[in-house]
Amino acid sequence: MNLLGKKKLNQNSFLLIVTIILFFAMYIFGCIVFRDLNFGRFQVFLNLMINNAALIVIACGMTIVMITGGIDISVGSFVALSCMMLANMMENQGVGAVQAVLIVLVTGVVFGIVQGFLVAYLNIQPFIVTLAGMFFARGMTAIISRDMIAIKNELFTSWAQFRIRFPFGGYVNRRGKVIDPYIYPTVVIALVILVITFIILRYSRFGRRFYAVGGSEQSSLLMGINIRRTRFIAYVISGFYCAIGGILFCLNTCSGFVEQAKGFEMDAIASAVIGGTLLTGGVGNVIGSFFGVLIKGTIETLINFPGVLSSWWVRIAIAALLAFFIILQSVLGSKKEKGARA
Amino acid sequence: MNGDLKSRLGKIVHYKLFLPLFCLFLVLMVNVITTPDFFHVEIRNGVLYGRPVDIINRASELVILAVGMTLVVAASAGTDISVGAVMAVTAAVTTFFLSGGEISVNEYQFPLFPAILLGIGAGALCGAWNGFLVAKMRIQPMVATLILYTAGRGIAQLITKGQITYIRVDSYQYIGNFLPGVPIPTPVFISIAVVILVQLFVKKTAFGLFVESVGVNKEASKHVGLKSVMIIFATYVFCGVLSGIAGIVASSRIYSADANNIGLNLELDAILAVALGGNSLGGGRFSILGSIIGAYTIQALTTTLYAIGVSADQIPVYKAIVVVIIVSLQSPEFQRYVRKFRKKLEAKKAIGEVTA
Repeated sequence: MNLLGKKKLNQNSFLLIVTIILFFAMYIFGCIVFRDLNFGRFQVFLNLMINNAALIVIACGMTIVMITGGIDISVGSFVALSCMMLANMMENQGVGAVQAVLIVLVTGVVFGIVQGFLVAYLNIQPFIVTLAGMFFARGMTAIISRDMIAIKNELFTSWAQFRIRFPFGGYVNRRGKVIDPYIYPTVVIALVILVITFIILRYSRFGRRFYAVGGSEQSSLLMGINIRRTRFIAYVISGFYCAIGGILFCLNTCSGFVEQAKGFEMDAIASAVIGGTLLTGGVGNVIGSFFGVLIKGTIETLINFPGVLSSWWVRIAIAALLAFFIILQSVLGSKKEKGARA
Repeated sequence: MNGDLKSRLGKIVHYKLFLPLFCLFLVLMVNVITTPDFFHVEIRNGVLYGRPVDIINRASELVILAVGMTLVVAASAGTDISVGAVMAVTAAVTTFFLSGGEISVNEYQFPLFPAILLGIGAGALCGAWNGFLVAKMRIQPMVATLILYTAGRGIAQLITKGQITYIRVDSYQYIGNFLPGVPIPTPVFISIAVVILVQLFVKKTAFGLFVESVGVNKEASKHVGLKSVMIIFATYVFCGVLSGIAGIVASSRIYSADANNIGLNLELDAILAVALGGNSLGGGRFSILGSIIGAYTIQALTTTLYAIGVSADQIPVYKAIVVVIIVSLQSPEFQRYVRKFRKKLEAKKAIGEVTA
């Protein structure tokens, strides 16, 4: 039994190591191929974080849901909905920035509660529930407004444009001025949430329940864990993180429109899967998902950097990568099963 | 016990066709009340014209998809969410061959039927990829099909080079519109043909039974000697082919391949049709007839919403609510709650009678 546990751990860390190596390999590849275009600059890496801050938060939520054995494909649409809500409230309703942000956070929790109730207490397949949620949120976005709304709220834009500068690693531009690398507060928020989630999942009893439920419902029932409540909470957290992700996304784009964040759910699922979260539940790590997000971001940067290939290639490349990792998981999983039988 | 089970099964079968028919009736009644001349059908320019004709015509793609989806749901207890994207791929492949890579053509650069077959072949290929992932690699159906759901439209865009390819030839439009001299739209014939062929195939061969058996219990079917993997794989290929046919009909309607919009949001409609038709999304027994009634109901609902003035991108909200309600009603947990509640009520009544 002990031996099996050890083996499982090795296998899971194997997936994580594959992910981390893949990320560095891709990044170094980018540095070599695009060295004329300054791919190696520190700022390019920071831009990767800036552009994907929202995705990091959402991938954390997705990871928790996937650890319990579920899935949430409503995240992309909900990001669009929260951006649209922010834009609409601040620009058309005259709501203050702070209140608007709070309302969006509450909406996220409510959205999570509804989905969680349907999945955990009515035992409906998570995919069906969140598929409905996905169409609901996207449709709701269209109901609020079918035109693009740009956010001009002073407080909100001041948050969005506040730069945190690093005193090192800068470069000298053509005019001979030193430009320090910078990040936006969104990155800090995303990283804080990442660390908190990591600590909760790893060291708290509350967090370890998710693993227990996803690993084996039977045993967790025997352990006295309330399975339904645990799964319910996973969706509520995901909804809350989606709202935070939506706000971060909105800080990045400062606008709301219907087609926003299309395919975001795919990015989040791909990041989690690439980071070693098993689709069957019970195994996962937000650090892996973080690297998954970075890999996705690197692919995007690599494809967009020369500015020749169309954006469709990003979708296809991510889908291909997702397929690769899913198949890898499946192969490793079936090997493990055979090992367990023998 | 046996009799109890039998009566319960009888109830479910009864319930199965009752729900979709009741919903269809409800939607039609709403229409009749809001627009009194709803059932008015006339012949204009030699073709039938009217709301009912429009609903039956527009539902054709959905009927075709729902048939494929029913088999997939029955066999694998999961849904294929890539059907809309596969439609786009098929349309892109077909028009690519017909146009020879041009953006707009006035005559075929490639014979029509081989091009259609190639398009459907592409659909079958997509289905085979999904089937491989689900049946052989044992990946959850919706995650497996999520790959094509996102990548499919990208592939279609690559084939059409991000443009909308127009085929301005009359005979290409026959498939999605009217054959010369025939007052009934062609898609209706195509959907009826598909339904009859599939129904014959499922009922007259053992395939339907195999699918149900695999859906009820995969392991047990394996022990009985059924090749579960092959059967699930076959249902996905089947679904791919049917999505392909639907894609060609949709493409022919607008004599072009619009990778972004062909089959958009149809996956939800197809799942909805299956669920509305009384089929359990947990796999097992299925009724194609139920799904077809479900498909017509949804199209009637869509047309009604359009008539009320809801725009295309807002419609998913209402459909999502309908999905959640139907699936909640179907869920065994919910039924248990209801039963508990009823018992409580009865107990209360009994107590009331005793005290009275």
